[in-house]
Amino acid sequence: MGKVSVRFFARYAELAGCTWSAVNLETPATVADVIAQVREVFPGTKALPPQPLAAVNLRQVRLDALVNEGDEVALLPPLAGG
Amino acid sequence: MMHLTRHPLDVNDLLAAVHGPERGGTCVFTGTVRNDGDVTGIEYSAYEAMAFAEIERILGEAQAQWTDARVMLQHRLGLIPVGEASIAIAAAAPHRDDAFRACRFVIEEVKKRLPIWKKECRADGTTSWVDPSGKAVTHGP
Repeated sequence: MGKVSVRFFARYAELAGCTWSAVNLETPATVADVIAQVREVFPGTKALPPQPLAAVNLRQVRLDALVNEGDEVALLPPLAGG
Repeated sequence: MMHLTRHPLDVNDLLAAVHGPERGGTCVFTGTVRNDGDVTGIEYSAYEAMAFAEIERILGEAQAQWTDARVMLQHRLGLIPVGEASIAIAAAAPHRDDAFRACRFVIEEVKKRLPIWKKECRADGTTSWVDPSGKAVTHGP
């Protein structure tokens, strides 16, 4: 089992009820695996879209990207910069 | 120069960062908070570490594509009143075509890639997250 940091922002932080947490899961895992676990731990995040934007270690990635112990996964609401 | 700031943007700082005697064309873009409906301001928040890294990557890509150009940008965070700028980009190049192109490239990449979010604040105290896909989520005062 490995520990992975999870960060929530903007509306997703409101849904999760926090801005940061960690989940334990078998690593390497995928971002989709992390999101599935997040949905179980934080009931509010069941309202997340089926395939939210995500980043691992400060880079946007696809949901099948690998996640290793110690990585930081961020779930990103639709981007609205500028 | 810091790419992310909670203070009002000063275009002159950006111009000073890109100007040079060999660069004869300079293009500046600013994005300003609009008074859509009864919006009084927009609260900007960010995944700051990633936003900073992404800005560095975007500027690096612009530099690689327009090697004689210099491009700089600042994005403001926090509550920004209507009429004030949330983003400013300055691009200078030997000739105007490359300055325009580099500036346009950077703002378009910013729109696609920066992990920054906007919450509209209205005169009646309600707020809503801005979703570029058009789906708004409204909250009470």
